[in-house]
Amino acid sequence: MDTYLLQIFNGISVSSIFMLAALGLAITFGLMKIINMAHGEFIMIGAYAAYMVQNFFSQYLPASFFNFYFFAAIPASFLLAGVLGWILERLVIRHLYGRSLDSLLATWGVSLILQQLARSIFGAPNVDVKSPDWLNGAFLVHPGLQLPYKRLFIMLMVIACMVVIYYLMYRSNYGRKIRAVMQNRAMAASLGINTRRIDAYTFAFGSGLAGIAGCALTLLGSIGPTLGTNYIVDTFMVVVLGGVGSLWGTIAGGFLIGTGNTTLEFLTDATLGKVLVFTLVILFLQWRPKGLFTIHSRSLDE
Amino acid sequence: METVLNVDKLQAYYGESIILKDINLKVQEGHIVCLLGRNGVGKSTFLKSIMGLVRTPSGSILFQNKELINKPTYFRARAGIGYVPQGRDIFPQMTVEENLQLGLEVNNGNGNISPEIYELFPILKEMLTRKGGNLSGGQQQQLAIARALVAHPKLLLLDEPTEGIQPSIIQDIGRVILQLKKEGYTILIVEQYLEFILNIADEYYVMDKGNIVAQGLVSSMDQEDIKSKIAI
Ligand SMILES: Nc1ncnc2c1ncn2[C@@H]1O[C@H](COP(=O)(O)OP(=O)(O)O)[C@@H](O)[C@H]1O
Ligand SMILES: [Mg+2]
Repeated sequence: MDTYLLQIFNGISVSSIFMLAALGLAITFGLMKIINMAHGEFIMIGAYAAYMVQNFFSQYLPASFFNFYFFAAIPASFLLAGVLGWILERLVIRHLYGRSLDSLLATWGVSLILQQLARSIFGAPNVDVKSPDWLNGAFLVHPGLQLPYKRLFIMLMVIACMVVIYYLMYRSNYGRKIRAVMQNRAMAASLGINTRRIDAYTFAFGSGLAGIAGCALTLLGSIGPTLGTNYIVDTFMVVVLGGVGSLWGTIAGGFLIGTGNTTLEFLTDATLGKVLVFTLVILFLQWRPKGLFTIHSRSLDE
Repeated sequence: METVLNVDKLQAYYGESIILKDINLKVQEGHIVCLLGRNGVGKSTFLKSIMGLVRTPSGSILFQNKELINKPTYFRARAGIGYVPQGRDIFPQMTVEENLQLGLEVNNGNGNISPEIYELFPILKEMLTRKGGNLSGGQQQQLAIARALVAHPKLLLLDEPTEGIQPSIIQDIGRVILQLKKEGYTILIVEQYLEFILNIADEYYVMDKGNIVAQGLVSSMDQEDIKSKIAI
């Protein structure tokens, strides 16, 4: 039982990272109908940003500072991924609005370019990011069930991000504009909203969220140029299961995939577990093609 | 008197099919101008071309003597054009209050919703926290007009405000338009319901198959002739 609880806990913690990446993907897809295959690479970019911040701290700052590098790494990952996302939107994405298939191919090409770029800069082998000392160790629930601090920290970090996203989307002027553009682009523009600018900022924001997800992943293992490809399938699954364009759906989808993955892997084995989850998601989508939460939006129906 | 809107030789297309062939239309400051015509002749397309929502490869749209034809939609809204589309286009997932606040976006979201809006549409005040999508058709229409008025547009475009709405609310909307006229608003209103505009509008235009086929002052209008031109 304890092993199972620990597995579930770990599963939710990992899937909370997907949730973050998936939210970025869901927002950009909901807004622009762009299927961004390069989204995973922004996870990778965020991870390397954390790696660079770590190197900077260990080389240039007194050793006593090292324990705090992670607090600098989080915003650095967000900013680097966000800025690169913004550039990608300006250079490529904005020429692809409304062309889902073209956007699929073009962003796939972009993802390969970004991977190659990472290989050229950081080398092909994986690199390690050393976690700060205070994250090593575990919270003792009772002998037999210890929750690793790293995983707890990741969950807290994701919850904090969710709260920020919620306020941004539902309590700020900017969020109101994004939702207006999502629900009815033509009407939003007719009310004076510069929809193109909203698109660019939102794309950058979604990429930044993927960056934070990448930063969190550095706590769980070594990172490499193909980090993003390992996670993009799960991320897409979360988005599709949750219902495209729905934030609550994305959160629910993340939980379901996380617990489902671990439960089935626990009952069977890693490979079979993945296959089963994948099959279940496909069956579910046969029954509800629009996912768990559908938003009734004319712009999405078109 | 200043000409607020001056449309000249305007053409509009959906894809490759031409919808508006050669439209000339003027709206003077403080006037209420009505555009009449059968279903499918291009009235809504005309309002959309003023907003920049359809392709208009040739012609001119002067708004307060400034050319708008190549400007993006949001720029036109910010220049002072308020638009109430035929389908109302309320944001269904947002509350009434949020819908109204979006009306302030022409000023980057600055400013407040003036109490006058709730005096014109008392029903909205009671519904501020309801989702736009849960309102009745008539309430959505009032919300759409209110949303356009929040920023005090220099020109208000109304597309069939009486369509599919119960008679009592049609009367309310008629009263609101007369009130706006008293306050000096300039309005271009698309209608098929002739009686509704008779005591509201100053001038009329009749559109057929993408062209203007009649125009004049409502006071000297030959009602039977116009009726035959817009009857189905
Ligand atoms: N989104 C669209 N795509 C293609 N054709 C359209 C579209 N909307 C309207 N039309 C066509 O344009 C013509 C004019 O439509 P519209 O301007 O809505 O007419 P009205 O408002 O006078 O009833 C009609 O023939 C209609 O079928
Ligand atoms: Mg129409």
